[in-house]
Amino acid sequence: MSAVTMVSALNTALNDLMRESDRYIVMGEDVGKLGGVFRVTEGLLEKFGEDRVVDTPLAESSIVGTAIGLAMHGFRPIIEMQFDGFTYPAFNQLVAHLAKIRNRSRGHLDMPVVVRIPFGGMIRAAEHHSESPENLFAHTPGLKVFTPSTPSDGYSMLMEAGRSNDPVIFFEPKHDYWVKEDTVLPVTNAPAGEARTILTGSDLTIAAYGPAVKLAVGAAAFYQETGEASIEVIDLRSLVPFDAEGLARSVRRTGRLVVVHEAVSFGGFGSEVVSEMVEACWDSLLAPPRRVGAYAVPYPAASLEDSYVPSINRIVDTVDACLEGR
Amino acid sequence: MELHPSAVQLLDENGVFTDHANYPLALGHKEIRDLYKTMALVRSLDTEAVRLQRQGKMNLWCPVASQEAAQVGSAAALRVHDRAFPQGREFGVGVTLGLAPHDLLRVWKGEVLGGGWDPRESVLALYTFPIGSQAPHATGYAMGMVRDKVDGAALCYVGDGAFGSGDVHESLNWSAVFNLPVVFFCQNNQYAISVPFSRQSATPIFQRGSGFGVRSVQIDGNDLLACHAVVKAELERAQAGEGPALIEALTYRVGPHTTSDDASRYREAAEEDLWRGRDPIDRVRTYLLSSEIADQAWLDEVEADIREQTTAFRGECLSVTPPEPGELFDHTYAEMPSNLAAEVRSIAEFDLEATDWNRP
Repeated sequence: MSAVTMVSALNTALNDLMRESDRYIVMGEDVGKLGGVFRVTEGLLEKFGEDRVVDTPLAESSIVGTAIGLAMHGFRPIIEMQFDGFTYPAFNQLVAHLAKIRNRSRGHLDMPVVVRIPFGGMIRAAEHHSESPENLFAHTPGLKVFTPSTPSDGYSMLMEAGRSNDPVIFFEPKHDYWVKEDTVLPVTNAPAGEARTILTGSDLTIAAYGPAVKLAVGAAAFYQETGEASIEVIDLRSLVPFDAEGLARSVRRTGRLVVVHEAVSFGGFGSEVVSEMVEACWDSLLAPPRRVGAYAVPYPAASLEDSYVPSINRIVDTVDACLEGR
Repeated sequence: MELHPSAVQLLDENGVFTDHANYPLALGHKEIRDLYKTMALVRSLDTEAVRLQRQGKMNLWCPVASQEAAQVGSAAALRVHDRAFPQGREFGVGVTLGLAPHDLLRVWKGEVLGGGWDPRESVLALYTFPIGSQAPHATGYAMGMVRDKVDGAALCYVGDGAFGSGDVHESLNWSAVFNLPVVFFCQNNQYAISVPFSRQSATPIFQRGSGFGVRSVQIDGNDLLACHAVVKAELERAQAGEGPALIEALTYRVGPHTTSDDASRYREAAEEDLWRGRDPIDRVRTYLLSSEIADQAWLDEVEADIREQTTAFRGECLSVTPPEPGELFDHTYAEMPSNLAAEVRSIAEFDLEATDWNRP
């Protein structure tokens, strides 16, 4: 075992995929000489050359659009959107083309493209660098949406995304890029689409993904220390596929659910999770399921992000409300 | 809008041929006859398609009339390893490439999305409707061609409207930066639905290529021979490593944008009549007769043959049945996610007939 960061786990996965097949091509802004602004692609250019590790013009729509063209020619592009907030110029290519081409070609054309997007806040960044747009893509049929929260999942799920013949929007929790985990690479975890129980508990389930998982664990630890309640924490790991059945097994047992994500609550993925759990677990529910997410205003200036992004305090407050009258 | 003095023309409005120093005629007599026949076939099928729509047999149609020289001439220059990326109006391109005309209509009949053919087996990629957004696909495909050392180039069809969009400009830039084998072929038919060219661009389109480092040329888009010669030469240069090209083929759409459009709301009939008088098919016919490449008897034979093909085409268009509802779920993912699998179960339970009760 050794301490591995998310960045080095992702970098190892990219190395392993690039070695596995010369059909993989890494493209994006600053992914070559610089190794990416977060260094996830560090060293790839030297190893694999500039035909396969391509510093592109600053043109997000074309980064996705040319990846689609390359996929039509049998390549498997792995592209980087430098920041969440700079994904929007590529939105048309992502939702009108990448997501639809397999369907529009009646299954003749696979789109094995991975779109890596560092997402989430709390890094004291400038505007447009801290967003959580994952639900835009979870809501778009044809895409898969992966949201690893740990380095070993970062490795395992990026390998899975790279080998998938479907397009995967791969959200990397940028706040946790440098958090370490004891693991050995290569590692193969459960496939995306299988939620993971991080902590077992009996009174309430907190479901989270990506950078929110650590908050959920923090909230559970609070109840463990105080002895007030026994909290189960589930890492959803991917939004598409969404492991409704796996989560329902937990919620039927605990009878209470809180969903946590950094994205805006209103119309967010948490709403989908709550709806599905209400339908699947109605008879077992002991309290209304609740969401903890960001407020329905744009991501604020850095000095206000502590008030905007869900915190352990806010989660505990919501969990308390769910547990009331127990 | 009239041709720029520098525009390439081999066959003038009166059907008089003059060879061009940089883009010499690249067709023999038989090939010119064949392409004339293809143009006439496209015109006839296009007319029939409009009729089918007016008779309620097709949801919508996007008429091609008067753009046959641009579409047939450019497509005839494509080689087996090339790849064409169409918009939605490239029916004439598809017919020239040998696709079944009926397959090219299936999108408009509402039977399928994208196209009624397997894009892997054809030089023609899927139709693309968000304007200009196929340009990066052609560009990326060309990146793939270079990496796989394919003897070919990508031909990206765009229109004048696409020159108001971002993707086309990104692709001109990207393809020049990477010196890619892409030829952008702009059919400037002077209207983006109702909005005239003057609202898309303050300069002729071909003059916008040089700023990107893309060699550019305007051609007479109603001249079959120029369209063929220039596209052929530019595909070869692109493939030979000379980088991308932009061809502006100046033409006109004499019909409406689609069968849902009413062109009389935004332009004068006199303008349409002027361009009807510049008909690209008439021009080739005049040339065939005056240069004795064909005679009237041959033209009559062609006409009879086309009439027969058009009748057969109508029959095919009327006879095909739409796909089964279950196909809704078949092609979106290579590996179906669990949430979708749960939805598949429910479709069989419903009566999907669109009765008055069911769909008020």
